[in-house]
Amino acid sequence: MTSPGDFGGRETWPLWEVFVRSSRGLSHVHAGSLHAPDETMAVRNARDLYTRRAEGISIWVVRASDITASDPDARGSFFESPQGKEYRHATYYTESDSVPHL
Amino acid sequence: MSHTSNRTISDAVTAETIATSGSIAPEAVARYAIGLGDDALILAQRLGEWIAHAPELEEDVALGNIALDQLGHARSFLSYASSAWEKTEDDLAYFRDESEFRNRQLFEQPNGDFAQTIARQLVASLYFQALYNALCQSTDQTLAAIAAKAIKEVDYHVDHSVQWLMRLGLGTEFSRERMQHGLNSVWAFVAELFSNDPLTANLEGIAVDPQTLQEEFDRLVKKAIAEAGLTVPTVPAARGGGRAGIHTEFLGPLLAEMQVLARAHPGATW
Repeated sequence: MTSPGDFGGRETWPLWEVFVRSSRGLSHVHAGSLHAPDETMAVRNARDLYTRRAEGISIWVVRASDITASDPDARGSFFESPQGKEYRHATYYTESDSVPHL
Repeated sequence: MSHTSNRTISDAVTAETIATSGSIAPEAVARYAIGLGDDALILAQRLGEWIAHAPELEEDVALGNIALDQLGHARSFLSYASSAWEKTEDDLAYFRDESEFRNRQLFEQPNGDFAQTIARQLVASLYFQALYNALCQSTDQTLAAIAAKAIKEVDYHVDHSVQWLMRLGLGTEFSRERMQHGLNSVWAFVAELFSNDPLTANLEGIAVDPQTLQEEFDRLVKKAIAEAGLTVPTVPAARGGGRAGIHTEFLGPLLAEMQVLARAHPGATW
């Protein structure tokens, strides 16, 4: 954790991505992004910006620059390959009469 | 985020529930509640001046949130107080003149720069925290309920000001200098917060004697300022008198701005 006051020589606040969990048992969901000087203040800013109307019980913040994302231009090779491969879905297969408890 | 607020509607006390509850504040309690309400109201109005002027958009929202919390406390106290004279919270907020306001002078002081606002917030939040913690034990159930709701919000206000105190105090040489200047600027108004409050007279068990709050405040504020590498100022106390309607030159213009619309269009709704 960054110590208070350690601003790393930055002139502007870095960008943080905010994830909010709305209730116990659910996943954290991306809520938006914000600027903050460090992670401690980012959690507080997230509380003020994204949980004012009781939307959450837990907040995660991640420095946006620490996120590695898939390449939008590589959508074809990344995400269109499953097309035509229906056999990857359970519904592709027919029930066998000899398997009574499926 | 989707609208999920309805799921968490609580039974926490609000100005509306106080106004419709039919409970009438005894006159001495009402006068005490006006002092508490005015402290919160004037600070809320001051803090609101930061909106669209804070150093960052996120801080704009943070200060605005704190101001709205303060306004909520003010509305509850003034709604309860107004029941003593068959008035409304708006009558008390908009149609009293400067000498009728009972806020301590700290809360009307100008925002100054961001560090000075943080210094005032530090003092104010620690004061409110000690006050509301004690007021939760009041034998007046409405005052106790208002304090119980407010204390959760004030805990966050303390955290906000302490976080910024640390960052400015331990940041650059310039930020340290501004933060120390901010503390020096507001410190003359600290003593009044803990001076004898005439409005608490004859309200033993109901009102909180502010003199009992000073020890805890001193301990916490000294610790926070030391951790931020700063010095507790030693300046002569201002003359005080806010609870008696004596104010600094800064309250008048604040009230003019706060009250002008209600006075130009009495009874207007929107």
